[in-house]
Amino acid sequence: MTNTDTNILRAEKVSMRFGGFTALNDVSVTFPEGQLTAIIGPNGAGKSTFFNVISGAFPPSQGRIFFRGKEITGVPQHRFARLGIAKSFQITNVFPQLTALENVRFAIQCMSQRFNVWTPRGRFREMEEQAAALLQMVELDKHHHRLAMNLAHGEQRALEIALALACNPSLLLLDEPTAGMSPEETTAMMDLIIRLAAQRTVILVEHKMKLVMGISNRLIVLHHGELLAEGTPDDVRANDEVRRVYLGQGNH
Amino acid sequence: MTLANPQEELNVSGRRLAGLVALMARHRVAAVLGFLLVFPFLLPYEALAVNILIYGLFALGFNMVFGYMGVLSFGHAAFFGLGSYATGIVIVHYGVPWLPAILIGVVAAGIGAAVIGALATRTRGIYFAMVTLALSQCVYYLVYQLEDLSGGENGLRGVDVYDLNLPGLNLTLLDPLTKYYFVFAFVAVAVWLFSRILASPFGAVLEALRENENRARACGIDVARSKWLAFVISGLFCGLAGALNAIHLTIVPIESLHYHTSGLAVMMSLLGGMGTFFGPFVGALTFLVLEDVITLVTIHWQLFVGALFVFFILFFPRGIWGTLLHWASR
Repeated sequence: MTNTDTNILRAEKVSMRFGGFTALNDVSVTFPEGQLTAIIGPNGAGKSTFFNVISGAFPPSQGRIFFRGKEITGVPQHRFARLGIAKSFQITNVFPQLTALENVRFAIQCMSQRFNVWTPRGRFREMEEQAAALLQMVELDKHHHRLAMNLAHGEQRALEIALALACNPSLLLLDEPTAGMSPEETTAMMDLIIRLAAQRTVILVEHKMKLVMGISNRLIVLHHGELLAEGTPDDVRANDEVRRVYLGQGNH
Repeated sequence: MTLANPQEELNVSGRRLAGLVALMARHRVAAVLGFLLVFPFLLPYEALAVNILIYGLFALGFNMVFGYMGVLSFGHAAFFGLGSYATGIVIVHYGVPWLPAILIGVVAAGIGAAVIGALATRTRGIYFAMVTLALSQCVYYLVYQLEDLSGGENGLRGVDVYDLNLPGLNLTLLDPLTKYYFVFAFVAVAVWLFSRILASPFGAVLEALRENENRARACGIDVARSKWLAFVISGLFCGLAGALNAIHLTIVPIESLHYHTSGLAVMMSLLGGMGTFFGPFVGALTFLVLEDVITLVTIHWQLFVGALFVFFILFFPRGIWGTLLHWASR
Protein backbone atom coordinates (compact mmCIF):
# COMPACT_ATOMS: atom_id res chain seq x y z
CA MET A 1 0.00 0.00 0.00
CA THR A 2 1.38 3.39 -0.87
CA ASN A 3 0.33 6.68 0.52
CA THR A 4 -0.87 8.25 -2.68
CA ASP A 5 -3.53 10.51 -1.20
CA THR A 6 -3.72 13.04 1.55
CA ASN A 7 -5.40 10.66 3.97
CA ILE A 8 -3.68 10.27 7.31
CA LEU A 9 -5.89 7.42 8.49
CA ARG A 10 -7.95 4.92 6.59
CA ALA A 11 -10.26 2.21 7.91
CA GLU A 12 -10.94 -0.51 5.38
CA LYS A 13 -14.01 -2.72 5.77
CA VAL A 14 -13.72 -2.76 9.54
CA SER A 15 -16.03 -5.06 11.48
CA MET A 16 -16.10 -5.75 15.18
CA ARG A 17 -18.07 -8.52 16.81
CA PHE A 18 -18.37 -9.20 20.52
CA GLY A 19 -19.73 -12.74 20.72
CA GLY A 20 -22.89 -12.70 18.66
CA PHE A 21 -23.23 -8.93 18.75
CA THR A 22 -21.99 -6.95 15.78
CA ALA A 23 -20.82 -3.55 17.02
CA LEU A 24 -19.32 -2.48 13.70
CA ASN A 25 -20.25 -3.81 10.31
CA ASP A 26 -18.03 -3.29 7.30
CA VAL A 27 -17.15 0.35 7.95
CA SER A 28 -14.79 1.99 5.46
CA VAL A 29 -13.80 5.59 6.17
CA THR A 30 -10.90 7.83 5.27
CA PHE A 31 -9.62 10.75 7.31
CA PRO A 32 -7.92 13.53 5.33
CA GLU A 33 -4.77 15.05 6.74
CA GLY A 34 -5.14 18.32 8.61
CA GLN A 35 -8.89 18.18 9.06
CA LEU A 36 -11.04 17.99 12.13
CA THR A 37 -13.38 15.06 11.68
CA ALA A 38 -16.12 14.29 14.15
CA ILE A 39 -17.64 10.86 14.50
CA ILE A 40 -21.20 11.15 15.67
CA GLY A 41 -24.18 8.91 16.12
CA PRO A 42 -26.88 8.05 18.62
CA ASN A 43 -26.19 5.86 21.65
CA GLY A 44 -25.07 2.38 20.66
CA ALA A 45 -24.10 3.47 17.17
CA GLY A 46 -20.64 1.95 17.54
CA LYS A 47 -18.77 5.24 17.95
CA SER A 48 -16.69 4.14 20.89
CA THR A 49 -15.98 0.75 19.36
CA PHE A 50 -14.82 2.45 16.19
CA PHE A 51 -12.69 4.84 18.25
CA ASN A 52 -11.11 1.94 20.12
CA VAL A 53 -10.36 0.10 16.90
CA ILE A 54 -8.70 3.05 15.16
CA SER A 55 -6.82 4.03 18.33
CA GLY A 56 -5.47 0.50 18.76
CA ALA A 57 -7.18 -0.46 22.02
CA PHE A 58 -8.13 -3.74 20.32
CA PRO A 59 -7.80 -5.05 16.77
CA PRO A 60 -10.96 -5.32 14.65
CA SER A 61 -12.53 -8.73 14.02
CA GLN A 62 -12.16 -8.03 10.33
CA GLY A 63 -10.77 -5.26 8.20
CA ARG A 64 -7.62 -3.21 8.23
CA ILE A 65 -6.43 0.17 9.47
CA PHE A 66 -3.81 2.25 7.68
CA PHE A 67 -1.88 5.20 9.06
CA ARG A 68 -0.15 7.26 6.36
CA GLY A 69 -0.53 4.32 4.01
CA LYS A 70 1.10 1.88 6.43
CA GLU A 71 -0.98 -0.87 7.95
CA ILE A 72 -1.32 -0.54 11.74
CA THR A 73 -3.95 -3.24 12.34
CA GLY A 74 -2.95 -5.17 15.45
CA VAL A 75 0.02 -2.97 16.28
CA PRO A 76 0.39 -2.96 20.10
CA GLN A 77 -1.12 0.06 21.83
CA HIS A 78 2.16 1.33 23.26
CA ARG A 79 3.60 1.82 19.76
CA PHE A 80 0.91 4.27 18.76
CA ALA A 81 2.41 7.17 20.69
CA ARG A 82 5.70 6.66 18.89
CA LEU A 83 3.94 6.56 15.52
CA GLY A 84 2.48 9.94 16.36
CA ILE A 85 -1.04 8.88 17.22
CA ALA A 86 -2.26 10.02 20.61
CA LYS A 87 -5.62 9.66 22.30
CA SER A 88 -7.63 10.80 25.24
CA PHE A 89 -10.01 8.39 26.90
CA GLN A 90 -13.74 8.74 27.37
CA ILE A 91 -13.30 8.42 31.11
CA THR A 92 -10.66 10.77 32.50
CA ASN A 93 -7.38 8.96 32.53
CA VAL A 94 -4.46 10.66 34.26
CA PHE A 95 -1.95 9.69 36.96
CA PRO A 96 -3.96 10.82 40.01
CA GLN A 97 -1.20 10.91 42.64
CA LEU A 98 1.34 12.71 40.52
CA THR A 99 1.36 16.48 40.12
CA ALA A 100 0.21 18.02 36.86
CA LEU A 101 3.80 18.74 35.90
CA GLU A 102 4.94 15.22 36.76
CA ASN A 103 2.09 13.80 34.70
CA VAL A 104 3.14 15.64 31.58
CA ARG A 105 6.84 15.22 32.18
CA PHE A 106 6.32 11.48 32.39
CA ALA A 107 4.50 11.45 29.06
CA ILE A 108 7.34 13.43 27.47
CA GLN A 109 9.92 11.13 29.02
CA CYS A 110 8.14 8.14 27.45
CA MET A 111 9.25 9.29 24.04
CA SER A 112 12.95 8.84 24.71
CA GLN A 113 13.76 7.33 28.12
CA ARG A 114 11.66 4.26 28.69
CA PHE A 115 14.27 1.91 30.12
CA ASN A 116 16.82 4.31 31.57
CA VAL A 117 17.41 3.10 35.13
CA TRP A 118 20.41 5.27 35.79
CA THR A 119 20.31 8.98 34.95
CA PRO A 120 18.59 11.09 37.61
CA ARG A 121 15.36 12.53 36.23
CA GLY A 122 16.35 16.03 37.28
CA ARG A 123 19.05 16.04 34.60
CA PHE A 124 16.46 16.19 31.85
CA ARG A 125 15.79 19.90 32.25
CA GLU A 126 14.41 20.23 28.73
CA MET A 127 11.63 17.76 29.54
CA GLU A 128 10.46 19.94 32.37
CA GLU A 129 10.44 22.97 30.09
CA GLN A 130 8.46 21.09 27.45
CA ALA A 131 6.03 19.93 30.12
CA ALA A 132 5.56 23.50 31.34
CA ALA A 133 4.92 24.63 27.75
CA LEU A 134 2.26 21.96 27.27
CA LEU A 135 0.58 22.87 30.54
CA GLN A 136 0.47 26.44 29.37
CA MET A 137 -1.10 25.37 26.09
CA VAL A 138 -3.98 23.67 27.94
CA GLU A 139 -4.18 26.57 30.40
CA LEU A 140 -3.00 24.69 33.46
CA ASP A 141 0.10 26.78 33.99
CA LYS A 142 -1.08 27.84 37.43
CA HIS A 143 -1.38 24.26 38.63
CA HIS A 144 2.07 22.73 38.07
CA HIS A 145 2.42 21.33 41.55
CA ARG A 146 -1.12 20.26 42.28
CA LEU A 147 -1.86 16.56 42.34
CA ALA A 148 -3.92 15.53 39.34
CA MET A 149 -6.57 14.05 41.64
CA ASN A 150 -7.12 17.49 43.20
CA LEU A 151 -7.81 19.22 39.89
CA ALA A 152 -11.36 20.00 38.79
CA HIS A 153 -12.95 17.68 36.27
CA GLY A 154 -12.44 20.02 33.34
CA GLU A 155 -8.83 20.59 34.38
CA GLN A 156 -8.19 16.87 34.53
CA ARG A 157 -9.52 16.50 31.00
CA ALA A 158 -7.27 19.33 29.88
CA LEU A 159 -4.37 17.60 31.62
CA GLU A 160 -5.16 14.43 29.75
CA ILE A 161 -5.00 16.32 26.48
CA ALA A 162 -1.60 17.65 27.53
CA LEU A 163 -0.52 14.04 28.15
CA ALA A 164 -1.70 13.11 24.66
CA LEU A 165 0.15 16.08 23.14
CA ALA A 166 3.39 15.04 24.82
CA CYS A 167 4.27 12.70 21.96
CA ASN A 168 3.81 15.59 19.53
CA PRO A 169 1.18 13.63 17.62
CA SER A 170 0.27 14.25 14.02
CA LEU A 171 -3.05 12.56 14.73
CA LEU A 172 -5.01 13.29 17.88
CA LEU A 173 -7.95 11.08 18.79
CA LEU A 174 -10.41 12.37 21.37
CA ASP A 175 -13.21 10.26 22.82
CA GLU A 176 -16.03 12.52 24.03
CA PRO A 177 -13.68 15.18 25.40
CA THR A 178 -16.53 17.20 26.89
CA ALA A 179 -18.25 14.31 28.69
CA GLY A 180 -19.49 15.36 32.12
CA MET A 181 -18.40 18.97 31.69
CA SER A 182 -20.20 22.10 32.74
CA PRO A 183 -21.19 24.52 29.92
CA GLU A 184 -18.25 26.81 30.75
CA GLU A 185 -15.79 23.91 30.74
CA THR A 186 -17.29 22.65 27.48
CA THR A 187 -16.76 26.03 25.81
CA ALA A 188 -13.16 26.15 27.01
CA MET A 189 -12.53 22.60 25.78
CA MET A 190 -14.03 23.37 22.37
CA ASP A 191 -11.80 26.42 22.06
CA LEU A 192 -8.82 24.26 22.94
CA ILE A 193 -9.77 21.64 20.35
CA ILE A 194 -10.07 24.32 17.65
CA ARG A 195 -6.60 25.58 18.54
CA LEU A 196 -5.15 22.05 18.48
CA ALA A 197 -6.82 21.23 15.17
CA ALA A 198 -5.03 24.16 13.55
CA GLN A 199 -1.76 22.25 13.82
CA ARG A 200 -2.71 18.60 13.37
CA THR A 201 -5.37 16.16 12.33
CA VAL A 202 -8.02 15.66 14.98
CA ILE A 203 -10.63 12.91 15.11
CA LEU A 204 -13.29 13.45 17.69
CA VAL A 205 -16.03 11.17 18.92
CA GLU A 206 -19.00 13.12 20.19
CA HIS A 207 -22.48 12.28 21.23
CA LYS A 208 -23.83 15.81 21.11
CA MET A 209 -24.15 16.71 17.43
CA LYS A 210 -24.67 20.42 18.01
CA LEU A 211 -21.28 20.74 19.68
CA VAL A 212 -19.34 19.58 16.67
CA MET A 213 -21.41 21.03 13.84
CA GLY A 214 -19.75 24.39 14.05
CA ILE A 215 -16.13 23.29 14.42
CA SER A 216 -15.74 20.18 12.24
CA ASN A 217 -14.54 20.07 8.66
CA ARG A 218 -16.15 16.70 8.22
CA LEU A 219 -18.71 14.55 9.96
CA ILE A 220 -19.04 10.81 9.98
CA VAL A 221 -22.35 9.43 11.13
CA LEU A 222 -22.55 5.90 12.46
CA HIS A 223 -25.79 4.10 13.12
CA HIS A 224 -26.21 0.51 14.33
CA GLY A 225 -22.55 -0.11 13.65
CA GLU A 226 -22.76 0.98 10.02
CA LEU A 227 -21.63 4.06 8.18
CA LEU A 228 -24.77 6.09 7.62
CA ALA A 229 -23.37 9.27 6.14
CA GLU A 230 -20.23 11.29 5.74
CA GLY A 231 -19.44 14.73 4.47
CA THR A 232 -19.36 18.36 5.47
CA PRO A 233 -21.63 19.45 8.30
CA ASP A 234 -23.99 20.96 5.73
CA ASP A 235 -24.12 17.73 3.71
CA VAL A 236 -24.88 15.75 6.83
CA ARG A 237 -27.47 18.20 8.04
CA ALA A 238 -29.22 17.92 4.69
CA ASN A 239 -29.09 14.12 4.68
CA ASP A 240 -32.58 12.66 5.09
CA GLU A 241 -31.33 9.41 6.62
CA VAL A 242 -29.43 11.30 9.29
CA ARG A 243 -32.41 13.50 10.06
CA ARG A 244 -34.57 10.46 10.45
CA VAL A 245 -32.36 8.42 12.83
CA TYR A 246 -30.63 11.17 14.68
CA LEU A 247 -31.91 14.68 14.46
CA GLY A 248 -35.49 13.54 14.42
CA GLN A 249 -35.19 12.29 17.94
CA GLY A 250 -35.65 15.85 19.05
CA ASN A 251 -33.41 15.77 22.06
CA HIS A 252 -30.20 16.75 20.39
CA MET B 1 11.15 18.12 41.32
CA THR B 2 14.53 16.62 42.01
CA LEU B 3 12.91 14.04 44.24
CA ALA B 4 11.81 10.73 42.89
CA ASN B 5 9.08 9.52 45.15
CA PRO B 6 5.86 11.43 44.62
CA GLN B 7 4.21 9.99 47.69
CA GLU B 8 4.02 11.41 51.18
CA GLU B 9 7.72 12.03 51.25
CA LEU B 10 7.17 14.77 48.71
CA ASN B 11 3.83 16.21 49.64
CA VAL B 12 5.10 18.00 52.68
CA SER B 13 4.47 21.63 53.28
CA GLY B 14 5.28 24.25 55.90
CA ARG B 15 4.88 22.40 59.19
CA ARG B 16 7.32 21.79 61.97
CA LEU B 17 8.15 18.20 61.15
CA ALA B 18 7.67 18.71 57.46
CA GLY B 19 11.08 20.30 57.01
CA LEU B 20 12.74 17.35 58.69
CA VAL B 21 10.82 14.86 56.59
CA ALA B 22 11.67 16.72 53.40
CA LEU B 23 15.32 16.81 54.42
CA MET B 24 15.33 13.07 55.05
CA ALA B 25 13.59 12.43 51.73
CA ARG B 26 16.16 14.53 49.91
CA HIS B 27 19.02 12.67 51.54
CA ARG B 28 17.28 9.35 51.88
CA VAL B 29 20.34 7.23 51.22
CA ALA B 30 22.40 9.11 53.79
CA ALA B 31 19.53 8.95 56.29
CA VAL B 32 19.11 5.18 55.97
CA LEU B 33 22.83 4.49 56.05
CA GLY B 34 23.48 6.91 58.91
CA PHE B 35 20.91 5.13 60.99
CA LEU B 36 22.12 1.64 60.08
CA LEU B 37 25.69 2.67 60.87
CA VAL B 38 24.96 3.22 64.58
CA PHE B 39 22.15 0.71 64.70
CA PRO B 40 23.98 -2.34 66.19
CA PHE B 41 24.72 -0.31 69.33
CA LEU B 42 21.01 0.19 69.93
CA LEU B 43 20.18 -3.51 70.00
CA PRO B 44 20.80 -6.16 72.66
CA TYR B 45 22.98 -8.27 70.33
CA GLU B 46 24.49 -7.94 66.88
CA ALA B 47 23.04 -11.06 65.26
CA LEU B 48 19.60 -9.47 65.46
CA ALA B 49 20.99 -6.35 63.82
CA VAL B 50 22.43 -8.43 60.97
CA ASN B 51 19.06 -10.14 60.51
CA ILE B 52 17.35 -6.77 60.30
CA LEU B 53 19.85 -5.56 57.70
CA ILE B 54 19.35 -8.63 55.55
CA TYR B 55 15.58 -8.76 55.80
CA GLY B 56 15.39 -4.99 55.40
CA LEU B 57 17.27 -5.38 52.11
CA PHE B 58 14.97 -8.25 51.12
CA ALA B 59 11.88 -6.12 51.83
CA LEU B 60 13.47 -3.17 50.02
CA GLY B 61 13.89 -5.23 46.87
CA PHE B 62 10.38 -6.60 47.19
CA ASN B 63 9.06 -3.08 47.67
CA MET B 64 10.16 -2.11 44.15
CA VAL B 65 7.48 -4.36 42.71
CA PHE B 66 4.95 -4.15 45.52
CA GLY B 67 5.19 -0.61 46.83
CA TYR B 68 6.46 1.39 43.88
CA MET B 69 4.91 -0.50 40.98
CA GLY B 70 1.84 -1.64 42.91
CA VAL B 71 2.01 -5.30 41.92
CA LEU B 72 1.74 -8.00 44.60
CA SER B 73 4.19 -10.83 44.09
CA PHE B 74 3.97 -13.81 46.35
CA GLY B 75 7.05 -15.50 45.05
CA HIS B 76 9.97 -13.41 46.20
CA ALA B 77 11.20 -16.24 48.43
CA ALA B 78 12.43 -17.81 45.19
CA PHE B 79 14.90 -14.97 44.61
CA PHE B 80 15.99 -14.77 48.24
CA GLY B 81 16.44 -18.56 48.26
CA LEU B 82 18.13 -18.76 44.87
CA GLY B 83 20.61 -16.10 45.96
CA SER B 84 21.23 -18.04 49.17
CA TYR B 85 21.61 -21.44 47.54
CA ALA B 86 23.72 -20.29 44.60
CA THR B 87 26.14 -18.52 46.92
CA GLY B 88 26.16 -21.44 49.36
CA ILE B 89 26.59 -24.12 46.70
CA VAL B 90 29.54 -22.47 44.94
CA ILE B 91 31.23 -21.92 48.29
CA VAL B 92 30.57 -25.42 49.68
CA HIS B 93 31.00 -27.53 46.55
CA TYR B 94 33.36 -25.49 44.42
CA GLY B 95 35.37 -23.51 46.94
CA VAL B 96 34.62 -20.18 45.27
CA PRO B 97 35.77 -17.13 47.30
CA TRP B 98 33.06 -15.10 49.01
CA LEU B 99 32.92 -12.06 46.74
CA PRO B 100 32.40 -13.93 43.44
CA ALA B 101 30.09 -16.31 45.32
CA ILE B 102 27.85 -13.42 46.36
CA LEU B 103 27.83 -12.10 42.80
CA ILE B 104 26.90 -15.55 41.52
CA GLY B 105 24.05 -15.61 44.04
CA VAL B 106 22.79 -12.24 42.79
CA VAL B 107 22.98 -13.34 39.15
CA ALA B 108 21.21 -16.64 39.90
CA ALA B 109 18.37 -14.73 41.56
CA GLY B 110 18.24 -12.40 38.57
CA ILE B 111 17.95 -15.34 36.17
CA GLY B 112 15.22 -16.85 38.33
CA ALA B 113 13.38 -13.53 38.34
CA ALA B 114 13.78 -13.22 34.56
CA VAL B 115 12.17 -16.62 34.00
CA ILE B 116 9.41 -16.31 36.60
CA GLY B 117 8.81 -12.69 35.60
CA ALA B 118 8.48 -13.56 31.91
CA LEU B 119 5.62 -15.90 32.76
CA ALA B 120 4.02 -13.89 35.55
CA THR B 121 3.96 -10.47 33.86
CA ARG B 122 1.44 -11.84 31.36
CA THR B 123 -1.09 -11.84 34.18
CA ARG B 124 -2.50 -9.17 36.47
CA GLY B 125 -3.75 -8.72 40.02
CA ILE B 126 -4.52 -11.84 41.99
CA TYR B 127 -3.39 -14.03 39.09
CA PHE B 128 0.03 -12.43 39.24
CA ALA B 129 0.26 -13.26 42.94
CA MET B 130 -0.87 -16.83 42.31
CA VAL B 131 1.48 -17.46 39.38
CA THR B 132 4.47 -16.12 41.30
CA LEU B 133 3.47 -18.21 44.32
CA ALA B 134 3.15 -21.38 42.23
CA LEU B 135 6.41 -20.85 40.36
CA SER B 136 8.35 -20.07 43.53
CA GLN B 137 7.05 -23.30 45.05
CA CYS B 138 8.32 -25.09 41.94
CA VAL B 139 11.76 -23.67 42.72
CA TYR B 140 11.36 -24.87 46.31
CA TYR B 141 10.64 -28.46 45.26
CA LEU B 142 13.32 -28.44 42.61
CA VAL B 143 15.98 -27.43 45.12
CA TYR B 144 14.49 -29.83 47.68
CA GLN B 145 14.93 -32.72 45.22
CA LEU B 146 18.50 -31.80 44.24
CA GLU B 147 19.72 -33.27 47.50
CA ASP B 148 23.34 -33.84 46.45
CA LEU B 149 23.76 -30.20 45.65
CA SER B 150 21.40 -28.50 48.07
CA GLY B 151 21.34 -30.80 51.08
CA GLY B 152 17.60 -31.29 50.59
CA GLU B 153 15.48 -31.14 53.71
CA ASN B 154 18.43 -30.49 56.02
CA GLY B 155 19.46 -27.43 54.11
CA LEU B 156 22.93 -26.67 52.85
CA ARG B 157 25.53 -26.79 55.59
CA GLY B 158 29.08 -25.59 55.77
CA VAL B 159 28.92 -22.19 54.12
CA ASP B 160 31.91 -21.28 56.21
CA VAL B 161 33.27 -17.89 55.37
CA TYR B 162 35.18 -16.58 58.35
CA ASP B 163 38.31 -14.85 57.17
CA LEU B 164 37.75 -12.19 54.58
CA ASN B 165 41.38 -12.09 53.39
CA LEU B 166 41.15 -8.55 52.18
CA PRO B 167 44.47 -7.05 51.10
CA GLY B 168 45.96 -5.26 54.08
CA LEU B 169 42.99 -6.06 56.30
CA ASN B 170 42.68 -9.03 58.56
CA LEU B 171 38.97 -9.24 59.29
CA THR B 172 37.08 -12.19 60.67
CA LEU B 173 33.33 -12.65 60.53
CA LEU B 174 33.50 -14.47 63.84
CA ASP B 175 33.42 -11.03 65.39
CA PRO B 176 29.73 -10.06 65.33
CA LEU B 177 30.35 -6.35 64.85
CA THR B 178 32.72 -7.01 61.95
CA LYS B 179 30.09 -9.23 60.39
CA TYR B 180 27.53 -6.48 60.79
CA TYR B 181 29.68 -3.96 58.95
CA PHE B 182 30.58 -6.55 56.34
CA VAL B 183 26.87 -6.98 55.54
CA PHE B 184 26.33 -3.25 55.94
CA ALA B 185 28.86 -2.50 53.17
CA PHE B 186 26.76 -4.51 50.70
CA VAL B 187 23.49 -3.06 51.95
CA ALA B 188 24.92 0.45 51.62
CA VAL B 189 25.77 -0.06 47.95
CA ALA B 190 22.38 -1.69 47.36
CA VAL B 191 20.46 1.14 49.03
CA TRP B 192 22.36 3.69 46.96
CA LEU B 193 21.66 1.77 43.74
CA PHE B 194 18.01 1.38 44.69
CA SER B 195 17.61 5.10 45.29
CA ARG B 196 19.35 5.82 42.01
CA ILE B 197 16.93 3.56 40.12
CA LEU B 198 13.92 5.15 41.80
CA ALA B 199 15.19 8.59 40.80
CA SER B 200 15.74 7.55 37.19
CA PRO B 201 13.20 7.80 34.35
CA PHE B 202 12.45 4.12 34.95
CA GLY B 203 11.47 5.03 38.51
CA ALA B 204 8.84 7.29 36.97
CA VAL B 205 7.66 4.36 34.85
CA LEU B 206 7.12 2.32 38.05
CA GLU B 207 5.01 5.10 39.54
CA ALA B 208 3.04 5.50 36.34
CA LEU B 209 2.29 1.79 36.21
CA ARG B 210 1.08 1.90 39.79
CA GLU B 211 -1.04 4.97 39.15
CA ASN B 212 -2.61 4.05 35.83
CA GLU B 213 -1.50 1.21 33.65
CA ASN B 214 -3.76 2.12 30.72
CA ARG B 215 -2.57 5.69 30.60
CA ALA B 216 1.05 4.56 30.79
CA ARG B 217 0.41 2.26 27.83
CA ALA B 218 -1.16 5.10 25.87
CA CYS B 219 1.92 7.22 26.66
CA GLY B 220 4.03 4.60 24.92
CA ILE B 221 5.06 2.27 27.74
CA ASP B 222 5.40 -1.42 26.94
CA VAL B 223 3.70 -2.50 30.15
CA ALA B 224 4.73 -6.17 30.12
CA ARG B 225 8.39 -5.45 29.41
CA SER B 226 8.60 -2.66 31.98
CA LYS B 227 7.04 -4.87 34.63
CA TRP B 228 9.44 -7.63 33.72
CA LEU B 229 12.44 -5.33 34.08
CA ALA B 230 11.23 -4.12 37.48
CA PHE B 231 10.69 -7.72 38.52
CA VAL B 232 14.24 -8.68 37.55
CA ILE B 233 15.80 -5.68 39.31
CA SER B 234 13.74 -6.49 42.38
CA GLY B 235 14.93 -10.11 42.17
CA LEU B 236 18.57 -8.98 42.07
CA PHE B 237 18.19 -7.06 45.35
CA CYS B 238 16.42 -9.98 47.01
CA GLY B 239 19.11 -12.31 45.71
CA LEU B 240 21.79 -10.17 47.35
CA ALA B 241 19.87 -10.36 50.62
CA GLY B 242 19.74 -14.15 50.27
CA ALA B 243 23.43 -14.42 49.43
CA LEU B 244 24.35 -12.38 52.51
CA ASN B 245 22.05 -14.53 54.61
CA ALA B 246 23.89 -17.69 53.54
CA ILE B 247 27.17 -16.21 54.77
CA HIS B 248 25.55 -14.81 57.90
CA LEU B 249 23.97 -18.12 58.95
CA THR B 250 26.73 -20.36 57.49
CA ILE B 251 23.90 -22.62 56.36
CA VAL B 252 21.07 -22.27 53.86
CA PRO B 253 17.85 -23.55 55.38
CA ILE B 254 15.35 -24.93 52.87
CA GLU B 255 12.82 -22.56 54.47
CA SER B 256 14.51 -19.64 52.70
CA LEU B 257 12.70 -20.82 49.56
CA HIS B 258 9.41 -21.53 51.26
CA TYR B 259 6.44 -19.27 50.57
CA HIS B 260 6.53 -18.34 54.23
CA THR B 261 9.59 -16.25 53.35
CA SER B 262 7.59 -14.51 50.58
CA GLY B 263 5.00 -13.75 53.23
CA LEU B 264 7.68 -12.15 55.40
CA ALA B 265 8.51 -9.67 52.64
CA VAL B 266 4.84 -8.76 52.25
CA MET B 267 4.39 -8.37 56.01
CA MET B 268 7.52 -6.30 56.53
CA SER B 269 6.63 -4.00 53.62
CA LEU B 270 3.10 -3.48 54.89
CA LEU B 271 4.20 -3.05 58.49
CA GLY B 272 6.86 -0.51 57.59
CA GLY B 273 4.92 1.28 54.86
CA MET B 274 4.71 0.13 51.27
CA GLY B 275 6.15 2.44 48.68
CA THR B 276 8.24 4.39 51.18
CA PHE B 277 12.01 4.35 51.13
CA PHE B 278 12.49 3.74 54.86
CA GLY B 279 9.49 1.47 55.27
CA PRO B 280 11.14 -1.88 54.50
CA PHE B 281 13.85 -1.39 57.12
CA VAL B 282 11.33 -0.10 59.66
CA GLY B 283 9.15 -3.12 58.92
CA ALA B 284 12.01 -5.59 59.22
CA LEU B 285 13.12 -3.95 62.45
CA THR B 286 9.64 -4.03 63.97
CA PHE B 287 8.93 -7.58 62.93
CA LEU B 288 12.22 -9.10 64.01
CA VAL B 289 12.48 -7.18 67.30
CA LEU B 290 8.93 -8.19 68.18
CA GLU B 291 9.69 -11.78 67.30
CA ASP B 292 12.79 -11.59 69.47
CA VAL B 293 11.04 -10.03 72.45
CA ILE B 294 7.87 -12.08 72.38
CA THR B 295 9.74 -15.37 71.94
CA LEU B 296 11.22 -14.81 75.38
CA VAL B 297 7.72 -14.76 76.85
CA THR B 298 5.88 -17.36 74.82
CA ILE B 299 6.56 -19.75 71.98
CA HIS B 300 3.31 -18.58 70.37
CA TRP B 301 4.92 -15.35 69.22
CA GLN B 302 3.34 -15.61 65.79
CA LEU B 303 -0.08 -15.19 67.37
CA PHE B 304 0.90 -11.80 68.76
CA VAL B 305 2.75 -10.64 65.66
CA GLY B 306 -0.26 -11.74 63.61
CA ALA B 307 -2.65 -9.76 65.80
CA LEU B 308 -0.44 -6.69 65.53
CA PHE B 309 -0.29 -7.11 61.77
CA VAL B 310 -4.08 -7.19 61.51
CA PHE B 311 -4.25 -4.13 63.77
CA PHE B 312 -1.96 -2.23 61.45
CA ILE B 313 -3.77 -3.27 58.28
CA LEU B 314 -7.09 -2.16 59.77
CA PHE B 315 -6.07 1.08 61.46
CA PHE B 316 -2.76 2.12 59.92
CA PRO B 317 -2.80 0.84 56.36
CA ARG B 318 0.07 3.18 55.49
CA GLY B 319 2.33 1.22 57.81
CA ILE B 320 4.51 2.64 60.56
CA TRP B 321 6.72 4.85 58.44
CA GLY B 322 3.93 5.75 56.04
CA THR B 323 1.75 6.87 58.97
CA LEU B 324 4.57 8.94 60.48
CA LEU B 325 5.12 10.63 57.14
CA HIS B 326 1.43 11.27 56.79
CA TRP B 327 1.22 12.87 60.24
CA ALA B 328 4.31 14.95 59.68
CA SER B 329 3.15 16.26 56.34
CA ARG B 330 -0.50 16.89 57.19
